[in-house]
Amino acid sequence: MDRTAKTSMRPNYFRVFAVFARNSLVRDMTFRSNFIIEAISSLSWMFMNLGFYLLVFEYTPSIGQGTGWGKYEYFVFLSTTMFVNSLVQAFFMPNVEEFSEQVRTGGLDFAMLKPIDTQFLISLAKIDWSSLSNFVFALVLLGVSLSRIVYTPSLGAAILYPLYLLCGVAILYSLMIALAATSVWLGRNQNLYDFWFYITNFSRYPMEIYQGPIGTPLRQVFTFAIPILIVVNVPARFLALPLVEEDWLLAGYALLATAASLAGSRWMFLRALDSYRSASS
Amino acid sequence: MSATASIDSPLARVRTWWIILRICIEERLIYRGDFMLGTLMRFLPIVTQIFLWTAVFSAVQGRGASGGGTTTIAGYEKDELIAYFLLTMVARAFSSMPGLASGIARSIRDGSIKKYLTQPVDMIGFLFLSRVAHKLVYYTVATLPFALVFYLCRDFFPPIPGWQTWLAFLASLVMGFVFGFFLEASIGMIGFWFLEVSSLLFVYMLFSFFLSGHMFPIDMLDGVTIVGDTSWGDVVRALPLHYLAYFPAAVYLEKIQGDELVRGLWIELGWILALAALSYWAFRRGLRRYSAYGG
Repeated sequence: MDRTAKTSMRPNYFRVFAVFARNSLVRDMTFRSNFIIEAISSLSWMFMNLGFYLLVFEYTPSIGQGTGWGKYEYFVFLSTTMFVNSLVQAFFMPNVEEFSEQVRTGGLDFAMLKPIDTQFLISLAKIDWSSLSNFVFALVLLGVSLSRIVYTPSLGAAILYPLYLLCGVAILYSLMIALAATSVWLGRNQNLYDFWFYITNFSRYPMEIYQGPIGTPLRQVFTFAIPILIVVNVPARFLALPLVEEDWLLAGYALLATAASLAGSRWMFLRALDSYRSASS
Repeated sequence: MSATASIDSPLARVRTWWIILRICIEERLIYRGDFMLGTLMRFLPIVTQIFLWTAVFSAVQGRGASGGGTTTIAGYEKDELIAYFLLTMVARAFSSMPGLASGIARSIRDGSIKKYLTQPVDMIGFLFLSRVAHKLVYYTVATLPFALVFYLCRDFFPPIPGWQTWLAFLASLVMGFVFGFFLEASIGMIGFWFLEVSSLLFVYMLFSFFLSGHMFPIDMLDGVTIVGDTSWGDVVRALPLHYLAYFPAAVYLEKIQGDELVRGLWIELGWILALAALSYWAFRRGLRRYSAYGG
């Protein structure tokens, strides 16, 4: 491809994204009752989830002895999980799910022909606005929990919280796009979503619970090899628990891991596109 | 021999079903790699659950450190609770019907249900056999990972129960499969009345996840009262969803015994018959409304 031609028609990514967001909203609002039902059903999932932990805390004072994750501290953690997941679900999930389908049907051809970065296009084309209802739920839960816990987070921690939330989203997105890229090689990849769910399952709990001869290596793998334990643990810690030196080390590492995840998944995605052979017609 | 005669003779009927079963098995085996990977993945949540509950038990133990005796939550010791979760995996392997309800609803919507109407095959029967095939293949492929996981986790289990418990356990598993099938088939039939059932299915999934005992033993709800003597546990036990996961696991762990066990199995049979009748009735009623869109 001619390099100059490529640069001259360089699209304004922000404007394209704004159009995507607008179009998705218009479509969501066209089927308004469907939108409301979807919002309600994902909210009911959140309520059930909360119900489960309320039940657990009926029986126990904390998750792990001496970890500090009492009921409301854990609810700060839980709302952080919900923030991250709702963002991932709203912005990336519907698109990445579709990507595997596009590979299978050959629809990816059209995405590749467009004069815009393919990864950008397939990652953000659709936004599921109804998933953001969970974000609101998490906001309320976070507010209530913060008013109940003993520890008051510092201003610095409160500022760093949203930053690390975004790092978490970026890590999960990278994982997702890397997994989706494998569908180019594997053809059918129906287990993708399951796999993603099962892997991120590890990120849902405080990392202290992974102890012992199996737990410790598991914690290390999911901190250093596939850094999903950082996703929720780092930001949640900033708000819920007094910070120790170790937390700062982890926080520094989290930035590094985010950058590495994004770069690694980008590399993998491009490799996958290279080996993509259009299917069907 | 005329075509109708050959279809009606019992032997031919058996042959037809046998061929259907074989086709379905072969179809299932096409994606064995996918299948095997999926099975292994399914055990990952168990790992996090083991750690979560170990942490919870350590905290409970820490609180009542002075008193002797074993720590229990809702009558479950730590190992027993983990065994419970592993057993619900087995129960779910029998009772879960991924994509059955949504598949029926989709074939109603896109018109592919016509194939059952023009051919001398009973749709519910065909789907039942295809699920049997699916499960048979699933168990063949999954036995190895299951055996491995259960072997690794053998210390969590109480001593192996007597044959009566085993028999009841097996019965509850097989009945769980039939129950799960007719429950999902009945839900899928709603597609005749509503074109889009995905949000309804989501709600069902949600309830079945929580009320089947998949996430926690229903005994934990006994401590949470609604009004007077009635607890959430009583309500959930009155619903049939616990046959999908809780019931078989509780039978194996001998949490449900004697009269209660026998009664439970009879009630399950009742639900199966009721749901089977419901699904056939809904299918007939639905066909009357059906207007065959699509090609």
